[in-house]
Amino acid sequence: MSEELVGAALIIGGGIGGVQAALDLADSGFKVYLVDSSPSIGGTMAQLDKTFPTNDCSMCIMAPKLVSAGRHRNIEIISNAEITKVEGKAGQFKVTVTKHYPYINPQKCTGCGICAEHCPIEGPNWFDENLAPRKAIYVPFPQAVPLVYTIEKGMCIGCGECQKVCSAQAIEFKPYDEESRVIEVGAIILSMGFDKFKAFKKREYGYGIFPNVITNSEFERMLSASGPTGGHIIRPSDGDIPKRIAFIQCVGSRDAQLGHGYCSSICCMAALKEAIIAQEHEPDIQCHIFFMDVRAFGKEFEEYRIRAEEEYGIKISRNTRVAGIEEDHATGNLIIRYYRETKNQEDELVEETFDLIVLSVGMVPSDDAQRLCKKLGVKLNEFGYCWTSDFSPLETNVPGIFVCGTFSSPKDIPDTVAQGSGVAAKVGSLLSGSRGTLVSATEFPEEIDVTGQEPRIGVFVCHCGINIGGIIDVPTVTAYAKALPHVVYAEDNLYTCSSDTQERIKEKIKEHRLNRVVVASCTPRTHEPLFRNTLREAGLNPYLFEMANIRDQCSWVHMKEKEKATQKAKDLVRMSVMRAALLSPLPTQKVPVKKAALVIGGGLAGMTAALEIAAQGFPVHIVEKDRELGGNLRRINYLITGSDPKKILHEMIRKASENPLIKIHLATTVENISGYVGNFTTTLSSGEKIEHGVIIVATGGVEYRPKEYLYGISPRVVTQTEFGKMLAEDKIDAKTVTIIQCVGSRNREFPNCSRICCFTSITNAIELKRRHPETTVYILYKDIRTYGFNEVYYTEAARLGVVFLRYGEDSPPFLNENDGQLELIVKDQFLMEEFIIHPDLVVLNAAVRPNPDNERLAKMLKVPLTKDGYFLEAHMKLRPVDFATEGVFLAGLAHWPKLIEESISQACGAAARAVTILSKEELEAEAVVSCIDESRCRGCGRCEEVCEFSAATVREVAPGVLKAYINPALCKGCGACAVACCSGAITTKHFTDEQILTMVEAALREGVA
Amino acid sequence: MNSFEPQIIAFCCNWCSYAGADLAGVSRYQYPPNARIIRVMCSGRVEPQFILRAFELGADGVLVAGCHIGDCHYISGNEKCQEKVKITSELLELLGIDRRRLRLEWISASEGAKFAETMRSFTEELKQLGPSPFKEVK
Repeated sequence: MSEELVGAALIIGGGIGGVQAALDLADSGFKVYLVDSSPSIGGTMAQLDKTFPTNDCSMCIMAPKLVSAGRHRNIEIISNAEITKVEGKAGQFKVTVTKHYPYINPQKCTGCGICAEHCPIEGPNWFDENLAPRKAIYVPFPQAVPLVYTIEKGMCIGCGECQKVCSAQAIEFKPYDEESRVIEVGAIILSMGFDKFKAFKKREYGYGIFPNVITNSEFERMLSASGPTGGHIIRPSDGDIPKRIAFIQCVGSRDAQLGHGYCSSICCMAALKEAIIAQEHEPDIQCHIFFMDVRAFGKEFEEYRIRAEEEYGIKISRNTRVAGIEEDHATGNLIIRYYRETKNQEDELVEETFDLIVLSVGMVPSDDAQRLCKKLGVKLNEFGYCWTSDFSPLETNVPGIFVCGTFSSPKDIPDTVAQGSGVAAKVGSLLSGSRGTLVSATEFPEEIDVTGQEPRIGVFVCHCGINIGGIIDVPTVTAYAKALPHVVYAEDNLYTCSSDTQERIKEKIKEHRLNRVVVASCTPRTHEPLFRNTLREAGLNPYLFEMANIRDQCSWVHMKEKEKATQKAKDLVRMSVMRAALLSPLPTQKVPVKKAALVIGGGLAGMTAALEIAAQGFPVHIVEKDRELGGNLRRINYLITGSDPKKILHEMIRKASENPLIKIHLATTVENISGYVGNFTTTLSSGEKIEHGVIIVATGGVEYRPKEYLYGISPRVVTQTEFGKMLAEDKIDAKTVTIIQCVGSRNREFPNCSRICCFTSITNAIELKRRHPETTVYILYKDIRTYGFNEVYYTEAARLGVVFLRYGEDSPPFLNENDGQLELIVKDQFLMEEFIIHPDLVVLNAAVRPNPDNERLAKMLKVPLTKDGYFLEAHMKLRPVDFATEGVFLAGLAHWPKLIEESISQACGAAARAVTILSKEELEAEAVVSCIDESRCRGCGRCEEVCEFSAATVREVAPGVLKAYINPALCKGCGACAVACCSGAITTKHFTDEQILTMVEAALREGVA
Repeated sequence: MNSFEPQIIAFCCNWCSYAGADLAGVSRYQYPPNARIIRVMCSGRVEPQFILRAFELGADGVLVAGCHIGDCHYISGNEKCQEKVKITSELLELLGIDRRRLRLEWISASEGAKFAETMRSFTEELKQLGPSPFKEVK
């Protein structure tokens, strides 16, 4: 224990999981090295057009996270790099990182792209799935992080054109191709993601032979507006817009012959999404998806599936394994033959012609990742993915080496992000003792007091290479700026954002006693933080800065109207200067953090989160309404993996009870919660008041009590949980057992899928068959949704003789009891035959339902619920364990039904997110907030009504006198209250009425002073 | 009349429409240089008086652009904006200003093309409408 731990982590793979882990670790006091084999972080998600089930633009939601990682002072991104050697052990690893193609100086490259414009060499473009070429010097996509160009060695001819045109002098040809360095870290995270199955291996589909057969990744790039076809769906053979598109699912997945006996988990939803987006692009397109099962098991996925069918008219066929594709050579059209369900007994063999076929290729672990694991001694599973176990989904077999995302099993983006956070908790627990040892807090000089000073504005106009200077007459704009009121200094720069210009700006601030700075260059969305930081370094308040966007919103969009663009740039600079004169310094609000957590719910998720937070050294209160801990895990008797849930639960409860940092409040509920992030006070039903900085909601779910299928009437009808108990007690005396799936889910009243029931029934069916092979077991289902590796148990159940019968959406099985004998009639949708079964025992796989207490708690926390009654996270894709309300997090069944390993991952994730707050002494609250002038406030409460963040409240300041108050810690600065206020009492700082109106005036009146 | 170049003030929310305008630039979508963009954090920050002041000073058109309904960074700012713009356009009509001179558009961060198209069509429409009646009396 006395050995020193290194307070840094290495993350291998900069996809969304790795980026999330990096951000959470860096935000909780650890140094992070984020290594990616490609020129930019972003991984597979960067290639996607939209994401299901919200159809959010993938890049739009992801780019801010990439930028945050790129700018974080505790994160060092090492791109184009691989790990070549690892020595040492948990807490103290020495890792050799080798960087390829080190020809461009990342400190100098501004990402302007002039080099790529002049590069004469074009070649294959992996990012666009080779649908369009790119240059030998490139960034994979415009939002790349780091925004540094890369020269691809194999492609470059060394002509030196790029070097000639690079005004930043960032390009340096070196005699060697790689540079190695050794870094020291305490832990390693594997987040290498996945590779796409190589479609040509399934020869029957003709990929690579028939031009109009493409993969889903290629289709995804086609859909992207910034992709190779500009968002147009075209047939590769002739460039025509296809009218009939088929999607073939499970290409390379659920395929034991290929050694891929697992399900890739995401392709069903991805195909539905791609079909919807395709039809949105071109309303004439008709999509037909050939599924084996439709695996829409995630949060609100089933409703998405229903919408795809009912609103968009997307055709869905099930139980279809398309045997092969033929091509009509004359037209390039493709022909599929398959059996179609009919209303009568006979199935009909049909032939359907398509213009384009999309193969939904599955996930495979990458060869590089597998090779690296061999080097590290990390165990892989039978399919080559990283081995993990159900109760430790984030740990590899090697201490100190952790895993997240799709490298441990196929999973979607939110599950990957939750694991990214989760793995940060695991690393944080291991390295807790070294927190803060390797991170630097930036020290800024004391702020110059500018109050009462006349504005002295400095203007810096950027050429951005030729991006601005090639269109706009920059010297003229600079001269114009110099003559504007309050401007005491103006200059133009080749690159205002370069590091040497930052030094220059600081000098000029000193030299000319500037107290406001205006930069006319690109967009504040990416560059404002950089310049604000420069101001801070020069001793100016960062809010005394203003930007004029003369590139993205001027030179780039008016390339053919140079004079008008110059005039517009002058106007924009004038507007910015006028506004800058009115800017005030804003104080950075500091809020102290109460270093304790409240966990509501003491089930698996709640206990996991509590143990992780305590392991990182912070006190935790668990509030559990039952008399004992354990939640739903108490009712699980048997797991197919061989883990003993009872034993693990017992051990967990012991650990939680014995941990001095964890206080358990049993048979207790939460009565009231007040406060805000970092500073909550909660009253419990016991009357006790606790103070804490964060909240984790882990209230679990409940089993639906069926009203259907004679439940409660016939003693031979039980729920799955009851069946599990009977099985554990070996009390099953039945020759025929029938399990009915989707009882209380996927119906009109409750359309969504409960996610876990298919796996549970197969687990129990296998156990029953193993013990009593002579028992006949039927499983009546709609779709079998054993996603991921659990697919192998589906195969195993079928091998053991479990009979699977699929019933239709609108023809559920009919159960009757006659003279004590059960009779079940079901029409199988595959054989289209009616079966009559006489079971001795009917097991109802009752749905998971939200905890009925959620409603009350949601009101107390002011957080939203889904219409089903589960808690609604801040963002379905990228913030799966956060609420929009800061400081409140979510884990387990309170979010949605999920398996044990998923609950644990999510609970660790919530713990890591919570620690990003608890590890800080104080929080920096947003400075752009609204404030109230009490003398003008009438206490009408309109601000309170419109505020979505409960920041504005009306209080009685004296008997009968009502005044509004805006809590700066809760205010997000949207300004809605300022608009709603009738008496002009509210000012939104940095976006005051005066500042905005001045810009309006400056825009419309040249020379306004 | 053909040489008439309308002056447009565009209020864009930081999270969606301003980002959409940036993307139009990154994608090099060309549009007429008639608008001056003012960035606000949320379209819900746009007060009727900002719009009225623009017309008073001779703007020929005002664009308010925010996130699509349901996508607001501040949950419902765009819905509030929608109400305010509706009231303002009624007011403009009373003042004798064609309501087509005030446009509300939902433009996401991924809709660079839509931003450019909005600029093109709005400029065109304002050219058809001619100078704002307030322009002369300013």
